[in-house]
Amino acid sequence: MTESVPILLVEDNEDDVFFMRRALTAASISNPVFVAEDGQKAIAYLVGTASRVEGDNCPSLILLDLKLPVTKGLDVLAWLRQQPHLRGTVVLILTSSNEPSDIREAYRLGANSYLVKPTTTERLNELAKALKNFWLEFNSFAPGS
Amino acid sequence: MSATSVILVVEDREDDIILLRKALSVAAVNNPLHFVRNGEEALAYLSGEGKYARRDEFPLPLLILLDLKLPGLSGFDVLAWIRQQEGIRALPVVVLTSSDQLSDVNRAYELGANSFFVKEFDFQNFVDVAKLLERYWLKMVKTPQSSRNNTSKPTRQD
Repeated sequence: MTESVPILLVEDNEDDVFFMRRALTAASISNPVFVAEDGQKAIAYLVGTASRVEGDNCPSLILLDLKLPVTKGLDVLAWLRQQPHLRGTVVLILTSSNEPSDIREAYRLGANSYLVKPTTTERLNELAKALKNFWLEFNSFAPGS
Repeated sequence: MSATSVILVVEDREDDIILLRKALSVAAVNNPLHFVRNGEEALAYLSGEGKYARRDEFPLPLLILLDLKLPGLSGFDVLAWIRQQEGIRALPVVVLTSSDQLSDVNRAYELGANSFFVKEFDFQNFVDVAKLLERYWLKMVKTPQSSRNNTSKPTRQD
């Protein structure tokens, strides 16, 4: 059931998008991956999915950067948790910030977990593999309501 | 290890407690484990009330493993309560339950569960879950508790 849940990657840095895609492929994650380059586009994407056929393309897993142009990651998260149909969406913060205040605020706003971007390919691959094992294989997702 | 590495397990079934204990040990999870048997006890532990008054003995956990089907207050009640408490609402809660009913999954996420695992009644499954918890939650994920080490004002317990 969770094999093909779409993943939304909210990331403005092209290099990070490239490396993340590569790591996801290396971990044999075949789920469709959509990219939004800033918070506004992420919201537009999620609003767009709301009006489509039920379940269609609505991501169950969002990888969300915090430092984004226009609308910040935490603002996207806060918005998301106010949308009834998105409250069950799993949101993983993936950021270079290791600030305790960011970590606390992310959880307060309803992040499912908080990950600091690894700085080496090897560790990024490990992270992608853990994402696959933990979130895509074991975890149960809330079906879109 | 520091007090903040505690895992609080809210589970009423003795069999599951034994399985989980063993599985976490096989998965080399060395964090101190605290078990509470029902929702009321979970609230008492997290509020530091009654027999849980001493925070040096019963520290706030790094992670909570929460069963949904509990006598008295349900796991949902506990989860909803945690998310309303200013001091602890950011604590990561992993639901670990035998229910895979979609309505339960939905409700758990809506109330703010961080993730949702379905328990299967075989030991290998428990070990697999325990290993994932170790690799993912304890090694990779940053939590408010683990970040507390970096803040300037830890509460002194002694």
